[in-house]
Amino acid sequence: MALYFFTPFIAIILTILGGGIIFYILGFNPIEALKFYFITPISNLYGLSELLLKATPLCLIAIGLSFCFKSNNWNIGAEGQLTFGAIVGGGVALLFYNQEGFYILPLVILAGAIGGMIFALIPAILKTYFNTNEILVSLMLVYVSKLLLDYLVVGPWSNPEGFNFPETRQFSDSSRMPLLFESLRIHAGIFLALAAVMLSWFILYKTYLGFQIKVSGLSLKTAKYAGFKGKTMILVVFMISGACAGLAGVGEITGPIGQLHRMISPDYGFTAIIVAFLGRLNPFGIIFASLVVALTYLGAETAQIFLQIPKYTGQVFQGMILFFLLASDYLLFFKVKILNLKKNELRH
Amino acid sequence: MYKNFFRYLISAIFLLGFSVNSNADFKVGFVYVGPTGDHGWTFQHHEGRNAVEAAGIKTTFVESVPEGADAERVIRQLAQSGHDLIFTTSFGYMDPTNKVAKDFPNVKFEHATGYKREHPNVSTYSARFYEGRTLLGHIAGKMTKTNTIGYIASFPIPEVIRGINAMTLAAQKVNPNIKTKIVWVFTWYDPGKEAEAAQALIDQGADVIMQHTDSTAPVQTAEKAGVWSFGQASDMQRFAPKSILTSIIDDWAPYYVERAIAARDGKWNQQDTWHGLKEGMVAMGPYNSAMGADLVKEVEQLQKDLASGKVHSFTGPIYDQKGNILVAEGKVADDGMLAGMSVYVKGVEGDIPK
Repeated sequence: MALYFFTPFIAIILTILGGGIIFYILGFNPIEALKFYFITPISNLYGLSELLLKATPLCLIAIGLSFCFKSNNWNIGAEGQLTFGAIVGGGVALLFYNQEGFYILPLVILAGAIGGMIFALIPAILKTYFNTNEILVSLMLVYVSKLLLDYLVVGPWSNPEGFNFPETRQFSDSSRMPLLFESLRIHAGIFLALAAVMLSWFILYKTYLGFQIKVSGLSLKTAKYAGFKGKTMILVVFMISGACAGLAGVGEITGPIGQLHRMISPDYGFTAIIVAFLGRLNPFGIIFASLVVALTYLGAETAQIFLQIPKYTGQVFQGMILFFLLASDYLLFFKVKILNLKKNELRH
Repeated sequence: MYKNFFRYLISAIFLLGFSVNSNADFKVGFVYVGPTGDHGWTFQHHEGRNAVEAAGIKTTFVESVPEGADAERVIRQLAQSGHDLIFTTSFGYMDPTNKVAKDFPNVKFEHATGYKREHPNVSTYSARFYEGRTLLGHIAGKMTKTNTIGYIASFPIPEVIRGINAMTLAAQKVNPNIKTKIVWVFTWYDPGKEAEAAQALIDQGADVIMQHTDSTAPVQTAEKAGVWSFGQASDMQRFAPKSILTSIIDDWAPYYVERAIAARDGKWNQQDTWHGLKEGMVAMGPYNSAMGADLVKEVEQLQKDLASGKVHSFTGPIYDQKGNILVAEGKVADDGMLAGMSVYVKGVEGDIPK
């Protein structure tokens, strides 16, 4: 069991070593490169704030995904749920674009969560009642939501004073997440993520629903024998997952972005899958994992600014983390047996 | 009270953090929206950067910076890490650039293709690409056999509509039966979509293809189909040597070098630059010999006249699609009208997506 939570650390260490080797081959001083990658970005307050800002949506989405993944439901479409949540939340924010009022932001956030939830219900309902594959459906719906967003920001919702550029009006200040510190971008959305962590821990470990989720994840047959209502549970985990992704989307548009346009998420919904597994689908593990993965984004930027290392190394790092995690899992949890066969034994 | 104190403390530490860097060597930063190897928009900005570097000024670039929440951090980091002049080379960086500029009054910012200059240290610059489109229109009007020109357009913003109109007007001048067919792809860079759009236009009878997108896919599709095409943003001749008649080249290098030297020597001023063929910010690639010597001569003359101001791309009478007059006979469109252009001229097919 201890090993189970230890392997992510092994994976991270191996990733750093692997990264050092890659930097060395590319002709950079590996120690210096790694310093710019993992230390420089968070060596001041602004950097720390940016790290938390980046980790917030990753953490939120991964928390939601952990409900699905723990119960053997493969929701791959968090990116779509994020986008749809942002569309619904952004739509509400745009309704109030010229108004101020304390009630606006809660409405926007709620709308975002509901939007994500509804969008996640589509693959869930199709899975429970029509036996479709949720991986395919949720993945394909990502493109649907992105195209819908494209349509809205180019057409009906585009800023009337914006020269037809594909973006909406700026939201009013009442639809924006309050900033925690002046001149830093970290905003109140981080409390949503922390609340999600607490709540998910409570649900997963202290409630009957959590017990059902875990049992279904370990063995679907056992869950059936125990008489759990599988269909309701599937709908519930997808709804939780979608709501979290929707919140992440709303946090981005009401936080650092402040309007709807086509680039609201650099694929947070997909990166969060790595975060969820690196965090061992454990709420507190996910906090840690979201910080690590957020750092790979920031590090890639600083490494390019200071050493002109190609920015795509960030994606290489994310890939390596997942690869090393799966590899160490494989090597640690499966017994490796070296068969001492003689040549003629092989031939019979 | 206590909360406020904490806030000020943080701000103070933060401010201290970046005032330390102000004595470093003069450095110029570039933020790109695409990869340096797109062979179009970003490639040309990168060429401009190389020219600045060749002029003996240190530069840094960050490529593929999404136009969302990340842009502000990248721009801020460049400002914070001792860059004195920062070029942000895509429209979507407009608000982040202005936001960061507010916090770094000693750093100069140059934003490409935008219209917001909210602080005295922000300049904007763009090129009169439409002058190049006039030349393409002239060539297309002469070269087409089907009288149909296919145009792959990105977003219905004034810059793109201006290009479509300038091209159509010039083509009509040499061939009154010209029709312009347009496919909107709603992306700046998506080789797959651009290729499909090119093929769709060719299937509809277009035998000259041009595009206001960044990849080389349209010219490659045209080469395969055996129709004429034009390179966009950079000289794309080697990607479709038979098909390409010429290319519109964005040459940012002279501007970048000039502005970088001005900033280094303390002579930088806020300005809104809109340069064209005259200043060389818009240049033309080599003309295809298939055009014939006469046409090449004609086009070269037109290029000279556009540069000298003798000919203007938008000279009246110009009518919109319904036949209403936009620019009266003998007049030319002013920059204000060009900057906000949002209707098609007569001869363009279809509606602007809304």
